[in-house]
Amino acid sequence: MAYEPKKQGLAAQIFDVVTLLVLTVGALYVPLYMGLAGAAKTPNPIENPTWEALGQNAAEQRQWEALGITDPASVNDMITARFDYSFSWAALIIMIVSVVGYFVLVVRLSDREYREVLDERFGSKRKGG
Amino acid sequence: MANITNDAAKPERLQLLRVLGPAHVWALGVGIVLVGEYMGWNFAVGKGGMIAGLVACWVAGLLYTCVAMIDSEVTSTVAAAGGQYAQAKHIVGPLMAFNVGLFLVMAYTMLEAANAITVGFLLDTVAGMTGHSGLHQQPFIVLAIMFLAWLNYRGVLATLTFNLVIVAVAFTAICVLFFAIQFGASNVPLDFSAVTEEPLPYGWLGIVASLHFGLWYYLGIEGTCQAAEEVRSPARSLPYGTMAGIMTLLIAATLTWYMCSGLIPWEYLGQAGTPLFDAARVTGNVWLMVLLFIGTIFATLASANGCINDASRAWFSMGRDRYLPSWFGAVHPVYRTPYRSIVFLVPIALIFALGAPLDQVVTFSILSGLLGYTFMTFNMVMFRRKWPLDTIKRGYVHPFHPLPTIILLILCSSAFFAVFLGYGTQLIAMMCFYIIASLWFHFRRYQYVRRGDQFTMPWPRPQGY
Repeated sequence: MAYEPKKQGLAAQIFDVVTLLVLTVGALYVPLYMGLAGAAKTPNPIENPTWEALGQNAAEQRQWEALGITDPASVNDMITARFDYSFSWAALIIMIVSVVGYFVLVVRLSDREYREVLDERFGSKRKGG
Repeated sequence: MANITNDAAKPERLQLLRVLGPAHVWALGVGIVLVGEYMGWNFAVGKGGMIAGLVACWVAGLLYTCVAMIDSEVTSTVAAAGGQYAQAKHIVGPLMAFNVGLFLVMAYTMLEAANAITVGFLLDTVAGMTGHSGLHQQPFIVLAIMFLAWLNYRGVLATLTFNLVIVAVAFTAICVLFFAIQFGASNVPLDFSAVTEEPLPYGWLGIVASLHFGLWYYLGIEGTCQAAEEVRSPARSLPYGTMAGIMTLLIAATLTWYMCSGLIPWEYLGQAGTPLFDAARVTGNVWLMVLLFIGTIFATLASANGCINDASRAWFSMGRDRYLPSWFGAVHPVYRTPYRSIVFLVPIALIFALGAPLDQVVTFSILSGLLGYTFMTFNMVMFRRKWPLDTIKRGYVHPFHPLPTIILLILCSSAFFAVFLGYGTQLIAMMCFYIIASLWFHFRRYQYVRRGDQFTMPWPRPQGY
């Protein structure tokens, strides 16, 4: 016998949509508000910066000037800033487990739902199955 | 074709119009993605240097070629609105489909927000150049999203024809800039000395890290299959439009890297908001600056336009299947568009466009896209196993299976690691979001879904079931 889904009232529909919205906005904004988001570069400014001291050759100096930047001190931070790619192995393992675990969870639960769909669409292969 | 649940409201019985051809599919795919050449890709240079930016460009190109090959086969066979969502529903199961639907909506809505941010940033830059600094960007962000949502509301043919025109202009602008530089129109010559003087400022790890934003060159090309219910001949138009699109983008991406890396110091390029426009500024040629300004505006509008189109189709499809409230599954009685989904997603795009930094929004979009590409790997294997080649008719069969799938999985794993290197917290937050949403769907939402109605393709029972 075909599964007859429950009827959902308007309030419950709105509740479901709001739930998804809160989850979505939270996923982006919670790390932002906690100051955990993004990969900030760390500037390593040098004393008395000149184009040469900042490693900019003649051609690159012309490019900076064409971009409207003539004072090397104004881009001291930009040129000397670098990302820090050091990481903790524990964090990497947590990342791997969460991604792999997520896909395993979704595929397994999907498979249970999929079998119900097929049984209803094509008829059950197993008595009482 | 559209499958309408028995007790759906009357407006839901309407179907989307089949009015699009291969050129529209190309315009949809390239339109969403071409903005990646105008902004965002250059963060890959910042993450690893100039060579890393080029390697990321080509490695990501390989990843997306695999995506296009796999997607063309499955979509030419599962031709339904929602694209990969409909694929997941028929091949893996409802919960996977719900997740894929969310990947699509998140990736496209975030990309739409990123486009709107870029429009505001570019107008602010140009206002500053003309002596009117301090422009308020927010009204332009709101205006861009509202106008494009209105266009989408009014009809798909006009929307994608508009895209076709502005994408062609944006692509032509890249080619014109390239030839103009080659024929000496730039006051500043190309200089690639950083390639030899500072080839890999972060070593090989920088190449891996740069793959994060290398995806931005092509992100969204898979959106072509969202139009599956609105093209006249899905089996022909979708593979043709998608493959033509990825070829266009590979050319545009390589030209873009070449011009920008040769004209802009890598330290500036790695954080620039509008790199192609900046390259035009460096040439000192006013006509090229105007052309690339128009190209950037058109590319961002085309991308946001395509994103509204695709996100709303995915949201609409989930509403139609009751994965979300069925209210979203309605088609407009006159314009034949998923109008409620279009309108509903407008404020969500605005929340992100007005409140979050560009790199965060881009990362959110990339992560959702990346999860979708990872899904494609096992989806393809399951598709071939459940319905071997001789059991159902396919519009297109991609060659060398399972090689593209294996390559795609390896590249996706590398890209996850690349995102982890700089944005590990966002990655974990994103995974938490999808895990909680999955549990919510399985244990709460799925009770409102009709089981048998989920499988609408005229295929035999899958092997092994």
